Amino acid sequence: DTVPPQVVPGADSSSRQLCFAWGPAEVLVCETLFGRAGGSRSRCPSRFWGEGRAGAAARALTDSVAGTEDGAPSNSRVFVVRRDQDIYIQTLRKLFNESHGIFMGLQRSEEELAGKSRKAQLVQVSKNYRSVIRACMEDMHQAAVSTRDPALQGQYSTQVSILSAMELIWNLCEILFVEAATAGPLLLRLLDWVRLHVCDVDSMVREVLSSESPSKHKLFWNVVDVFVLQGRMDEARHLLSKEASANPASRNMYKILDDLMKKMPVPSLSNTQTLTELELKWQHWHEECQRYLQDGTFASNPHMESICKILLGDEDAILEKKELMTTWYHFLVTRLLYSHPTVKPMELRFYAQSSMDLFLGGESSPEPLDLILMAAFEFEMHQVIKECSIVLSNWWFVAHLTDLLDHCKLLQSHNLYFGSNMREFLLLEYASGLFSHHSLWQLGVDYFDHCPEYGRVYLELHIERIPLSTEQKALKVLRICEQRQMHEQVRSICKIMAMKALRNNRLGSALSWSIRAKDAAFATLISDRFLKDYCERGCFSDLDLIDNLGPSMLLSDRLTFLGKYREFHRLYGEQRFPEAARLLLTLMTAHIAPCSFWMTLLTDALPLLEQKEVIFSAEQTYELMRCLEDLTAGNPDKQKFQDDDIETTKVEMLRLALARNLARVIVKEGTVEGS
Amino acid sequence: AMEDVSAKFVSQKISRTRWRPLPAAALQPPDIFATGSWDNEDNRISIWSAGDLGNAGLNGEYHGEPHLLCDIQHNGDVMDMQFLDQERIVVASSTGTVTIFRHHQNNQTLSANHRWEKAHYHVDQDTSYGGAACTGVVCNNPEIVTVGEDGRINLFRADQKDAVRTIDNADSSTLHAVTFLRTTEILTVNSIGQLKIWDLRQQRNEPSQIFSLAGDRVPLHCVDRHPNQQHIVATGGQDGMLSIWDIRQGTMPVSLLNAHEAEMWEVHFHPSDPDHLFTCSEDGSLWHWDTSTNVSEKPSFLHQGGRSTAYLSHSTINQSVVSAWLSNDPTKDRMEITNLIPNQTLSVNSLDVLGPCLVYGTDAEAIYVNRQLFA
Repeated sequence: DTVPPQVVPGADSSSRQLCFAWGPAEVLVCETLFGRAGGSRSRCPSRFWGEGRAGAAARALTDSVAGTEDGAPSNSRVFVVRRDQDIYIQTLRKLFNESHGIFMGLQRSEEELAGKSRKAQLVQVSKNYRSVIRACMEDMHQAAVSTRDPALQGQYSTQVSILSAMELIWNLCEILFVEAATAGPLLLRLLDWVRLHVCDVDSMVREVLSSESPSKHKLFWNVVDVFVLQGRMDEARHLLSKEASANPASRNMYKILDDLMKKMPVPSLSNTQTLTELELKWQHWHEECQRYLQDGTFASNPHMESICKILLGDEDAILEKKELMTTWYHFLVTRLLYSHPTVKPMELRFYAQSSMDLFLGGESSPEPLDLILMAAFEFEMHQVIKECSIVLSNWWFVAHLTDLLDHCKLLQSHNLYFGSNMREFLLLEYASGLFSHHSLWQLGVDYFDHCPEYGRVYLELHIERIPLSTEQKALKVLRICEQRQMHEQVRSICKIMAMKALRNNRLGSALSWSIRAKDAAFATLISDRFLKDYCERGCFSDLDLIDNLGPSMLLSDRLTFLGKYREFHRLYGEQRFPEAARLLLTLMTAHIAPCSFWMTLLTDALPLLEQKEVIFSAEQTYELMRCLEDLTAGNPDKQKFQDDDIETTKVEMLRLALARNLARVIVKEGTVEGS
Repeated sequence: AMEDVSAKFVSQKISRTRWRPLPAAALQPPDIFATGSWDNEDNRISIWSAGDLGNAGLNGEYHGEPHLLCDIQHNGDVMDMQFLDQERIVVASSTGTVTIFRHHQNNQTLSANHRWEKAHYHVDQDTSYGGAACTGVVCNNPEIVTVGEDGRINLFRADQKDAVRTIDNADSSTLHAVTFLRTTEILTVNSIGQLKIWDLRQQRNEPSQIFSLAGDRVPLHCVDRHPNQQHIVATGGQDGMLSIWDIRQGTMPVSLLNAHEAEMWEVHFHPSDPDHLFTCSEDGSLWHWDTSTNVSEKPSFLHQGGRSTAYLSHSTINQSVVSAWLSNDPTKDRMEITNLIPNQTLSVNSLDVLGPCLVYGTDAEAIYVNRQLFA
């Protein structure tokens, strides 16, 4: 099962050593300065992800890496190698978004629905996924038709064929695994499947049917054959009747063939007939066909004779129409229709293998798509998923299909060696791809949510890497984290936003972000910035915020002080001096104010001490005095005060003012008590 | 009903949807709308036609899906968008730039008509200027008011190169949205739960009035004013709460109504039928709040959180004015609310209502048009 190593297109691993950095969804590949000769490494490292993915895409960054250690010019390039190429196709975003809704619906769907109704529900989900693929295919087809750029047209056409292959595989899986059609209905489903997907002959059919006289058209018998090969009996008979009326001579022959085609027993979806009944009827009809062929009824018309042989399931006769079937699986279904209409699911593998061998006839070897379909016919579900993972350039298909099969309870037994199951493994890969996309990361969140084992860890790692370009985006990321109690990520996002705001001198915003994260340390830091600004400018900035802190004021001591200190200024401004004085003193005595701020507070007390009316009581004045003495005596940096004339003067002025106030208040209080 | 909704996946996350205003005395329902995208490497402004009404079936049900008329690249996320008139759209960008785009209807093209580069900006510690997201724009032709993450308010005139008026540091926290209260007064909401009135005639750089939520200062994200009764204002918050304010009295909301479980991104009174109000949210729901129904005969039990229909009671403070939105009459004090999007998972970022039509856009990269809102 080895896959050839992949080389990053454009990276020159033959002459330079490459270095690597692995990210969650991307690999950075960088050309180093070292030539191959200088290196001692023997392994060529440009091989990725063991299994190798056909779709690994490399994108060289437009700018070369500038500068080297010795300053010499360098033309080293950095390549970003992504593992999920299709994520970047614009039209497929419709697929990712719409299927996300279906995926979520499936996760929500009630497992308690038992038996038939649960199966019907799962089949409906499967059909919904397919209709999204088809819608996408149509869009892509439209795009291919409407573009004039041949390169783009080629790209779109490739996408159309990839999507069409995906739908083909999915549809077969739906029939075999999800619906698990039983003998009888199984054939009908396979016929529908072939009719839906073999559309190479559609244009021929249209051309003949729309011609003036279809029976005269040179492709007339080809179209009749197409209808017969696909089991579209009514349409074949309708065409034949036109030919019959044009050839009155051979009317009888037509009548017999028409009768045979009309009588052909087909399985029914309802349970009105048993398989044994069907087989009996079939045997009877088969013998009748045989009789007509042997008695040479159709000998005069090779077209009709060949149709009769097809009805009899003659392999050679069917194989002669190879061009009209175009694929081996069409051949398989036609073969089953005319020789084993009651084929059981488990018998499919034998017919499938021999049909492929017969059809390809050793001329060509099977392609990946053939192998995938073969694996499905063999009921090797894991093989289907594995082959698809290797061949397709996206994780979308395998992730969603596997999840659906898992909901059908078909994958329980399969555990991977590293602990998580296959469903989770593929969902994680797909969601990681979404997270590496500039816009689709939001979809990834829900997929991680439904990975019980590692989803949470993946989400935590990925969400931190989402660039927070605007506050709005940050809020969306934050909501995702808060809903999932990812406290650490919440803190980190708020901190990033608070830092950003701080750098932009938006103290108010910075504070609201740290309040949201309940980050006390950061709130303290911002409060200090506010206080510093106040000391420098003598007025507060962002009053609208500080005046409205509300309960969030209690987040940090410093923030409390900031709020209370602002309240003091408001009281003072409103000339409510006694209240202001009481608050000012409390800020110091209750140790709400940081020591470094006491001098400012005491200075703020000066105008209150100088008021005409006595404001501080004797007791309060004593306390103020003690605060001042604590500050001057207790200050280890006493030197500073003595050196600083202004500070010394301030202290002197304070002492004087306090003494005078004490004198006034003693007189006043004495007078009041005395009277 | 859901059947009347047509959807289109557009391969870009939609941040804004806006109906083009109808010409005076128009009889036709609206048809043209604009969308803006966000969080793409290449963001776009697009003009859509909601579809040909001729396609309507026998019962008048509508099946066509919106189709693109023209689009143009836009620098940065589209944060907000408003039609200035029939032809011009003003777009607020996450880069801080405000652009007027012109829709040329004769040849279906879009072009940038005028641009105010970095109308919103930060001055960082190195005193270099970086763009700050412009979060809201409101137009009253020819006047345009914008607000941003920089706490700045700009007043522009469509025909003038420079801003008519700028209030630097109008708000110390982020301004999230703006709307006109009267021709000279605007309303802003911010990230600390405040609603402010600014009188643009006054030279003072201070709001003329501040209203605020009690308790936790839950950020407010959107604001709209009742089209006929200008004192009634609706805001939506980070917790999904719808607040109704009477700006003539008090400083707190008259009522708080809860339906969304995450950020309410937009709130709109129906422009001609203001008994109806529409809100959308990060939680992926879009609620239709209907105060027009006479529910006094209906059962008055409270049935909250239901997907289909619920009756909520106001938590009203004393009121004397008779308005459905401010009323506290216990018999009439009910409103019918309906979630128009069951089972949606990703955010509905924007909505717009005009006549019988609703348009909304989601992070799931789809736009939806409902042309029979009141059917």
